[in-house]
Amino acid sequence: MTRYLRYLVPLAVFMVLVAFLYRGLSLDPKRVPSPLVGKPMPEFSLPRLKDPAATLSNSDLMGKVSILNIWATWCVSCRAEHEVLLLLAKTGKVDIYGLNYKDERDKAQQWLAQLGDPYVANAFDADGRVGIDWGVYGAPETFITDRQGIIRHKHIGPLTVDALNNEILPLIAELQSTP
Amino acid sequence: MMKRLVIVLALCLLPVAVTVQAGVTLEAFKFETKAEEQHFKDLIEELRCLVCQNQSLADSDAELAHDLRAEVYDMIQAGKSDDEIVEFLVARYGDFVLYNPPVKPANYLIWFGPFVLLLVAGFLLLRAIRRQKRTAVTDITPEQRAKLDAVLGNTPPQQDKQQ
Repeated sequence: MTRYLRYLVPLAVFMVLVAFLYRGLSLDPKRVPSPLVGKPMPEFSLPRLKDPAATLSNSDLMGKVSILNIWATWCVSCRAEHEVLLLLAKTGKVDIYGLNYKDERDKAQQWLAQLGDPYVANAFDADGRVGIDWGVYGAPETFITDRQGIIRHKHIGPLTVDALNNEILPLIAELQSTP
Repeated sequence: MMKRLVIVLALCLLPVAVTVQAGVTLEAFKFETKAEEQHFKDLIEELRCLVCQNQSLADSDAELAHDLRAEVYDMIQAGKSDDEIVEFLVARYGDFVLYNPPVKPANYLIWFGPFVLLLVAGFLLLRAIRRQKRTAVTDITPEQRAKLDAVLGNTPPQQDKQQ
């Protein structure tokens, strides 16, 4: 037995190492899990993008399953994501709110006019303070909140059709079926 | 030759110039005393920028790092303690913002893993050394020893006894 052990132990150690490294291949270090998931959404009250006189606050997202999408016109992958948001809006299953993060009002309005507007409303976060409260560290980011205003999910990076079908829509259906 | 030397020297100095420039970002903050400034610098050295990930808030030139430095500065000016400031950032970004992660079960591997490996390696080394000592004496026959001594030109039996 001990004769085999001198071959088996290094092999076992090697296999463990391989398992760790293999797992590492599919991990993206840019995706840092948010401590906010499972917690009530941070309070905010900001002027709206299209109508600066009106405000959008966290209470607007309450009482239903909502999506808060963090975006900006300077964010390249937000442009790729926009198509997917339009698709999601078209399903009519969920209200999508936007947090226009550290952007310029004219440019953002122009973007929505040109590419289409999937949002129910947008909050205009010029200095990014609300973004910090939401733990934003790079656009685009997408949060799903439930009826009680608890954050249930954070998607980091651009939404894809794949993520929509396998991750976002199933969760929305699940959250909507629970009172 | 001379020209080439000047170019090489200039290239060597380039990183220095770049770091000096990056340091300028801190001077936007005003402090009453040197100690306060040092306190601020020490604090942002310990916090990680989530955008660059391998740079601290003090080193990073990312937009978010600018904003977070301003946030930390405001909190210091408002009289918040270091713990409160760190808690503020951890609540939003998680333990990942800390270069010095807390000792809790989720982080045990990162804290104790290296020591466990060191113990295992030490144990294996010790065992290998012991085994070698034991076998060194026995795995040579008297004939082999005589031959070895002949080659080396030793007269070893007496020497061996002395040792």
